[in-house]
Amino acid sequence: MDLKTCREIAWNGIWKQNTGIVQILGLCPILAISTNVVNAVSLGLATILVMALSNLTIAALRNFIPYEIRIPVFILIIAALVTVVDLSFNAWLHELYLVLGIFIPLIVTNCIVLARVEAFAAKNEPIGSTIDGIAMGIGLTLVLAVLGAIREVVGSGTLFSGIEMIFPSAQGIVLFGDDYPGFLVAVLPPGAFIALGFLIAGRNWLEARKQARARLQPPPPATPADTAANDAAEPA
Amino acid sequence: MSEPTALGLSARTGVVMVAFTVVFTAMMAFTHEATREQIAASATEEKMKLVSEVLPAGRYDNALLDDYVSLGPTRELGLDEGGRIYRARKAGQPAALLIEATAPDGYSGRIELIIAVAADGAVSGVRAVSHRETPGLGDYIDPRKDKDKRSPWITQFADLKAADIPDCKVKKDGGRISYHTGATISARAVTNAVARAARFAADHQDRLFAARPGDTF
Repeated sequence: MDLKTCREIAWNGIWKQNTGIVQILGLCPILAISTNVVNAVSLGLATILVMALSNLTIAALRNFIPYEIRIPVFILIIAALVTVVDLSFNAWLHELYLVLGIFIPLIVTNCIVLARVEAFAAKNEPIGSTIDGIAMGIGLTLVLAVLGAIREVVGSGTLFSGIEMIFPSAQGIVLFGDDYPGFLVAVLPPGAFIALGFLIAGRNWLEARKQARARLQPPPPATPADTAANDAAEPA
Repeated sequence: MSEPTALGLSARTGVVMVAFTVVFTAMMAFTHEATREQIAASATEEKMKLVSEVLPAGRYDNALLDDYVSLGPTRELGLDEGGRIYRARKAGQPAALLIEATAPDGYSGRIELIIAVAADGAVSGVRAVSHRETPGLGDYIDPRKDKDKRSPWITQFADLKAADIPDCKVKKDGGRISYHTGATISARAVTNAVARAARFAADHQDRLFAARPGDTF
């Protein structure tokens, strides 16, 4: 496993195959939780942890899992891991559990975990799979954070409200004063769809612009490593 | 390897599936066993924290969480599956009832509450234990989500005397409880549940305090 492959996997998870705005998988928890930044990022962090663990476990066990029953076995393993993480956090990391706790069981319902296990971990070795899980999780967390920020600012006129649950000394920011009437549609699920639509459009626009530029310039020598490096150099 | 028969394939995958199920269920069972005491302790601690918010620690001196009566389904308290009433006593004398109640008519379903009613009929405090009110709109019923940190909405119930209970309605309904414009339903659900619980406590107080610990009321 060399560094270039790692970088490629990471870039793939964060931008090229971003779960939120490219694969558009696991929308249920994304839309439900992204009403503010703190909730959104908390769900993202919990997802990173579960995806790293499930990808690692299944990549390590992949040679023992018969192809015909791989999906039930994957679901069993993911559900068991989430239960163990949930119980362990509750018992030994209780402070963190109070913040992330309600999100951990939600992750089982997120099909992105199963999707990555099936698409990547079942065919690759453990280290790469773990990186893939973490990168996919980070990609999802970034989308969640942006979505949460948009909805929180437009809907409630605040930013980082609830952060005192994570950092007791910190304080949420009230942007438009206490008498901001709020913008209900941004708080409710339709607002999440609308904001996500803008994010997807924005990403597609960036990609289209990049491709248009590439057509104008003479094409670079097309080895996979170079492609990855070009992607990384392009401003996002 | 030759093409497997349907029976052979079923048997093999069945065995593998059972093996995985046993291993991972054992893992969950082990974790559950290893964490059970710690989790129960945290749950008690959290409950005590909630209790201390609705009833100051100086108001009672008994082991509050062990001194309770169980309730069956009770419509007055919105309990479909029953709940508990904890009894606070000071020097053996009744001090307050801590009532688990549910407001069934929240904006997005049920709001679970803990309501402390002192022996003289005054409400000493209310907290939402769990709810699904719209984030940023109706969730101000939870003081942790209320933007007004100095006097969160729910603290209005902390100085409700017995004589004020008939006025325990939102202002829109002719009572004295304020609410946030555009999110009346959440406030009304909680307010009405508090009024019902206070009346229930007043009606049944003597019997509730007299029942043996752990009894079903």
